[in-house]
Amino acid sequence: MRILDPHIHMTSRTTDDYEALYAAGVRAVVEPAFWLGQPRTSVGSFTDYFDSLLGWERFRAAQFGVRHHATIALNPKEANDPRCREVLAEIPRYLLKDGVVAVGEVGYDSMTPEEDEVFAAQLGMAEEAGLPVLVHTPHRDKLAGTRRTLDVVRESGLAPERVLVDHLNETNVALVRDAGAWAGFSIYPDTKMDEHRMVALLQEYGTERMIVNSAADWGRSDPLKTVRTGEAMLAAGFSEDDVDQVLWRNPVAFYEQSGNLVLDPVPGFSAGEPPTPGVEFEGSSVLRGARA
Amino acid sequence: MNTVTTGIPAGTPGAVWLDEALAGVARDPDSVTRAFAFAARRVGRAPLRPDTDPGGVVHGTVDDAARAALVVALADAVGVGMGMGTCVGADADKDCADRLVLLYRQGDGAERRGVLRGFDALTERGDLGPVGEPTALVTAGLELAADALRANDPSLVAAAVGPFGARHLDQHTWRHAILKLVFQGVSLTAASDLDRRADDELGRMARDFAAERRAAGRSVPADLDRLTNTRLTNDQPTNDRLSSTKE
Repeated sequence: MRILDPHIHMTSRTTDDYEALYAAGVRAVVEPAFWLGQPRTSVGSFTDYFDSLLGWERFRAAQFGVRHHATIALNPKEANDPRCREVLAEIPRYLLKDGVVAVGEVGYDSMTPEEDEVFAAQLGMAEEAGLPVLVHTPHRDKLAGTRRTLDVVRESGLAPERVLVDHLNETNVALVRDAGAWAGFSIYPDTKMDEHRMVALLQEYGTERMIVNSAADWGRSDPLKTVRTGEAMLAAGFSEDDVDQVLWRNPVAFYEQSGNLVLDPVPGFSAGEPPTPGVEFEGSSVLRGARA
Repeated sequence: MNTVTTGIPAGTPGAVWLDEALAGVARDPDSVTRAFAFAARRVGRAPLRPDTDPGGVVHGTVDDAARAALVVALADAVGVGMGMGTCVGADADKDCADRLVLLYRQGDGAERRGVLRGFDALTERGDLGPVGEPTALVTAGLELAADALRANDPSLVAAAVGPFGARHLDQHTWRHAILKLVFQGVSLTAASDLDRRADDELGRMARDFAAERRAAGRSVPADLDRLTNTRLTNDQPTNDRLSSTKE
């Protein structure tokens, strides 16, 4: 099974998770910029976080053979804080960076006028930068939020195939598919969606434009839910090729619209070797990675 | 003249892109920001010396070299080296220094390496003046090298101990940088001018480090030999991968 997890917050995860991801076939991840549990209060907190996504986290992932990418945006919850909103001026320069494969997560949390404004502004930035968009749908009032999301996307003029609407479930998947956008599903241990309901949705709607992620973060979540969904698909009679489409080819096709995906193996990485300092290579020590 | 060797075969799309980007920086120094961000996507990320440095950590990567060439083009575009020792020269140095600090501060890990490798190229070209009379450019380079040497990413540490670091880092900072390379498992071939700058104090630090590793039952990196007068060997070879997983 080869897997690109198109939505996972690795900053909040351990090196054990990276090892488990690699062992399970995850070769690439996309980490969307989002909130951190504790609210931010300044632009500096955002830029340090964005820099960390493009610097330290990419390095950390590479040590475990995983290609790390990011999506950059001001998230909807913090769009409501004027101290955070000033980060909008910094976002365009981040959208040029290597490994930034979309604008995201954008969308709605509480559906306020501030969220409207920030969402629309960032859709414009995506158009300007030639990037696709990852849209978060609200946890509360999800169906109405999804309708409003699709309206705003339509008004922006952005082609629907450049938009991935995430955290969907049985109630709003049809809306998103009918709009021509990509449908994303976050498979969680006990909320949002589970792998068996996911299999039922794939049986009903097919495997085209369907994307599965773990959305693992600092809350109760499981970075291997992509793998579990693949296993559940096989158990339900889907073919290996169907699994490959949902877990690899679909997310690759979506994010490849950025021209910024790197999927070749990490150079110098040897599968099955944990990162250790001072590994000998032709007489001199070379990097396998160490803390300092 | 841009003297950076990038290893990009002439006539390939990457070489054509880089030539255009260098000409673009000559016309408009501000264009370096975009060229810096796109370099790896256009010239690739291959290691410069894959035989001994498959990860491109020790000697850098093709995109590092392309970015170093862009730094040299930027220095030329703003007039660095043309009026050395004069007010015009000082203004050019300040302008270039400000631009390089911004490129570094707003850069991802690879872009930061590119700025550091650019300082190496300027050093080798003799653009930074004599040691002991730090220009604005040298001061900026030292500030960025200090930032890189605090990083946990070994490729940043390695990029801070090239020709610029060898020439301009103070002895204390330089010694700690060298020991950090050993600690991170990066070959000391990353360090320029190692034999000239190595001193008794670095030898002492290296011997203490070796003693600490032996006390922990761990192997002593072969590179430490270069820093100590006494030949160090692993009395009791151990397998690091089994005996330890973490520093």
